[in-house]
Amino acid sequence: MSTFWIVLTGALVASACSIVGCFLVLRKMAMIGDAISHAVLPGIVIAFLIGGSRDSLLMLLGAAAIGLLAVFLIQWFHQSGVPSDASIGVVFTALFAAGVVLVSMYTRDIDLDLDCVLYGEIAYVPWNTLQIAGVDIGPKAVWGVGLALLLSVVLIAAFYKQFKICSFDPAMAAAVGIPVALFHYLLMGLVSVSTVASFESVGAILVVGMLVVPPATAYLLTEKLGRMIVYSVLIGCASSVIGYFAASMLDASIAGSMISIAGGIFLIALLFSPSHGVVLRKIKQKQMVRQASIAE
Amino acid sequence: MHKSPLSIHGLSVAYQKKPVLRDITFEVPEGNLIGIVGPNGAGKSTLIKAALGLIPRLHGEVTIYGKPYAKQRKLVGYVPQRESVDWDFPTNALDVVMMGRYGHLGWIKRPGSAEKKLALECLAKVGMADYAGRQISQLSGGQQQRIFLARALAQDATLYVMDEPFVGVDAATEKAIITLLNELKTQGKTVLVVHHDLATVKEYFDWVMLLNVRLVAFGPTEPTFTAQKLQETYGGRLTMLDRESPSALIVNGRSSDVDGSIHLA
Repeated sequence: MSTFWIVLTGALVASACSIVGCFLVLRKMAMIGDAISHAVLPGIVIAFLIGGSRDSLLMLLGAAAIGLLAVFLIQWFHQSGVPSDASIGVVFTALFAAGVVLVSMYTRDIDLDLDCVLYGEIAYVPWNTLQIAGVDIGPKAVWGVGLALLLSVVLIAAFYKQFKICSFDPAMAAAVGIPVALFHYLLMGLVSVSTVASFESVGAILVVGMLVVPPATAYLLTEKLGRMIVYSVLIGCASSVIGYFAASMLDASIAGSMISIAGGIFLIALLFSPSHGVVLRKIKQKQMVRQASIAE
Repeated sequence: MHKSPLSIHGLSVAYQKKPVLRDITFEVPEGNLIGIVGPNGAGKSTLIKAALGLIPRLHGEVTIYGKPYAKQRKLVGYVPQRESVDWDFPTNALDVVMMGRYGHLGWIKRPGSAEKKLALECLAKVGMADYAGRQISQLSGGQQQRIFLARALAQDATLYVMDEPFVGVDAATEKAIITLLNELKTQGKTVLVVHHDLATVKEYFDWVMLLNVRLVAFGPTEPTFTAQKLQETYGGRLTMLDRESPSALIVNGRSSDVDGSIHLA
């Protein structure tokens, strides 16, 4: 049973992250996910200090709020003339450091440390279960990530055309009256929620990896946005399943194996994709050269 | 009372304290093809973006047919600069043209068969019917520009605002675009075009606006587009091959303006 829960959690994280990740990759903001996953630390600590436990919804909301604050600060610094990569770097390291200070100030008295906040371990997912009226309803992580995934799916399905045009041509979107800033922050809010819901239980490496690698792979395989999202979910889920069994065979880190598999799939797509693949392009070029020489 | 398609009063715009546009006032006459020319950094694109509320303005009032832009969005079709978007975005030509309908669809409604039909018609009008399913990165610069134009047509507007539609396009596309613009004019629509090629101004436009941070001149092309006013606009930086003949200046204007620089006198 624990195998089932771990694979399911991995697949849910992969789906939640890769859906929002597609839009990040297309907006050339892939590293925003990395930034958010670190910047939320002070939010988690503050929410923990207010709520007093690690289970609360409050923690998720606190983290999501700080995630949005980080995005807002990055945007603001960039608009004030700081290059965008530098503003991402400044904001997330500063917020993360503030979180580290907070944790170190209070860890003496309470049960919260950096390991369990940032480097959650997917192998422990099946034992951290949720109980309603004494009935065990499955791992907490499955419910948390599942709800985050549901939220993303519902919002992106409802406002698909807005998310699409805001990613492709924000000037045009603004000109026809679509509130571009609202959808920007809505997307960033979804990234925050998906990231936070995922990483406490499965670890930051899995989250950041799933935000970027499956979408980047899908980008190489299709030329339609809708398909890119579906492919990246499938690639993410496949990486989770294969990664889990690879990890149990090798007796290695589960999250690490999942992302390594995703990286491997990316490499295969980069080399052999029918449309963008390096190998096929070379073969086509050779054929063209040969045809040209025959024609002469 | 008859309302002007676009009326701007006392418009000023600044980027980080540096004024880009200063105290611009004009009223666009309906049913004309209007060219906006001026040197690099004159604020041509900024004028358009400020008029459409895409960038904040310091002062000034903008009205579209007598009302603020926010209430008149559906009457305006906007064609941004081609380089402003990522042409590697995973989508095809038809899909981009359908985006022209998004503003009309409102919050929830999805583009359906009616939108698809209209988009195909618009693609046909720009001579791109055969490319509907083509991935946009596989189109040439001229074809991409036509897609943008088709998208503006799909907006079914009465005032069109275009930012440098002739940049980097082939001769056939340039001809197709200007034919289309004239067709829009005969339908009584108003078209504002940011233009970089001084050589074709007289041939293409009924009215011309000379802009360099301030509004230098605005009026019917024949009396407005003169050597003297151009010198005023370009700050004496145009080389005059023959001071008596404006065409000599224009020939030079084309050769130098293609790479975006102006010969220093």
